[in-house]
Amino acid sequence: MSPRSSFDKALAELQQDILRMASLVEQAIYDSVQSLVKLDVAGAAQVIMGDEMIDELYLEIEDKCVKLIATQQPIARDLRVAITGIKILLSLERMADHAVDIARATMCLSGQPLTVKPLEYIPQMARLAQQMVKDGLDAYVHGDVEKAREMCALDDEVDFLFAKTFRELINIMMENSKVVMQSTYLLYVSRYLERIADHATNIGEAVIYLVTGERRELN
Amino acid sequence: MEEIKILVENLNLYYKDFQALKNINLKVPANRITALIGPSGCGKSTFLRTLNRMNDLFEGVRVEGKVLLDGENIYAPDVDVVDLRKRVGMVFQRPNPFPMSVYDNVAYGPRIHGVRNKRQLDEIVEMSLRGAALWDEVQDRLFKSALGLSGGQQQRLCIARLMAVEPEVVLMDEPSSALDPISTLKIEELIQVLKQDYTIIIVTHNMQQAARVSDITAYFLNGELVEWGITDDIFTRPQNRRTEDYITGRFG
Repeated sequence: MSPRSSFDKALAELQQDILRMASLVEQAIYDSVQSLVKLDVAGAAQVIMGDEMIDELYLEIEDKCVKLIATQQPIARDLRVAITGIKILLSLERMADHAVDIARATMCLSGQPLTVKPLEYIPQMARLAQQMVKDGLDAYVHGDVEKAREMCALDDEVDFLFAKTFRELINIMMENSKVVMQSTYLLYVSRYLERIADHATNIGEAVIYLVTGERRELN
Repeated sequence: MEEIKILVENLNLYYKDFQALKNINLKVPANRITALIGPSGCGKSTFLRTLNRMNDLFEGVRVEGKVLLDGENIYAPDVDVVDLRKRVGMVFQRPNPFPMSVYDNVAYGPRIHGVRNKRQLDEIVEMSLRGAALWDEVQDRLFKSALGLSGGQQQRLCIARLMAVEPEVVLMDEPSSALDPISTLKIEELIQVLKQDYTIIIVTHNMQQAARVSDITAYFLNGELVEWGITDDIFTRPQNRRTEDYITGRFG
């Protein structure tokens, strides 16, 4: 038996906990964009209510990390596992908050048909952002630095779509003042998605630190 | 460039047929704390003792290679070993005060080296006890037996006794392994202060202690120096898998 087998078990559990939280966050991002596209107020409300559970889970897992550090005094890779755990948790929690922001925008947009075109870019951004989260977590589970880097490269595409959305919405608003309110909300939404992708990039950076001990700014 | 106090070159040590140290090369920077870590029997204490030739006291020990103290080989034939051990002092695992008063313990070394003047001795004793952060606790019992002090106080007394002969290098062989956590932290604080004046090399089994107090960490295994470098690097991203397994407790 390894002299650290109970500690190793705790580290494995930590990873499982993080994956559990990640799947909830991925779902929240997906649901928030779906409810926006369909202007589904009930769906949006569910995303907002579901965030409470994510917040609770976040605190619970973070607590476990803190206890591991306090009681096991991890060093070297073990320390990086604990620190990376906290960083990834924080990124996931922020993403979930942005999903809530998107759901709130849906609430505000309800009751009027969406007329503006950028709605085609927003689901595209959402798909990319979700892909990034998924790949980031895969890279985390497998300690795959290459995958983490490739995932971070997707952020450029998200940024590109955000810039495009931004320009188009400004033009639309200048042409038609009736859609200013709607366009502004959509602008917010695209900004939230762009931030979600940034948080996914942070996960990629954390994975690279976990595996190599090196810090890289990939955003 | 940092000043190198001790330079170890191709050092091998044999106990009769058994090779206890294998081709050790290490630079010990001046006024820094170097921690030697590794499992029992890895050679770290043996290595520590090569630095002031304490191994000479054991029969059947043969040393090859060089240990340069300020550029001079301490294994050269003309070296005065008593003078060497004055320059390179040692603190042991268990405090070993002499069965005499606190004062006489500290004055012992200077007296041996010929200091007779009472006022001068008083000064040395006070300075050394202050230096070892013990003065406040013993100033009103200087002439009582040192054996009545607590373990932590005794160890600081041993450090004061060492300081009284003004060494340049202090070797510490698990100096706090027999002490409680508070006494341990006091010794660690003291070591931090001492490095301003001395070059310190410490053997420790306590990983967190090595991480807390040292500037340089060297990892020994089976008589080899596996890895050495800046302590912060060794404890956050060691380069050698064997080092990582040891410091994270997965060795063996």
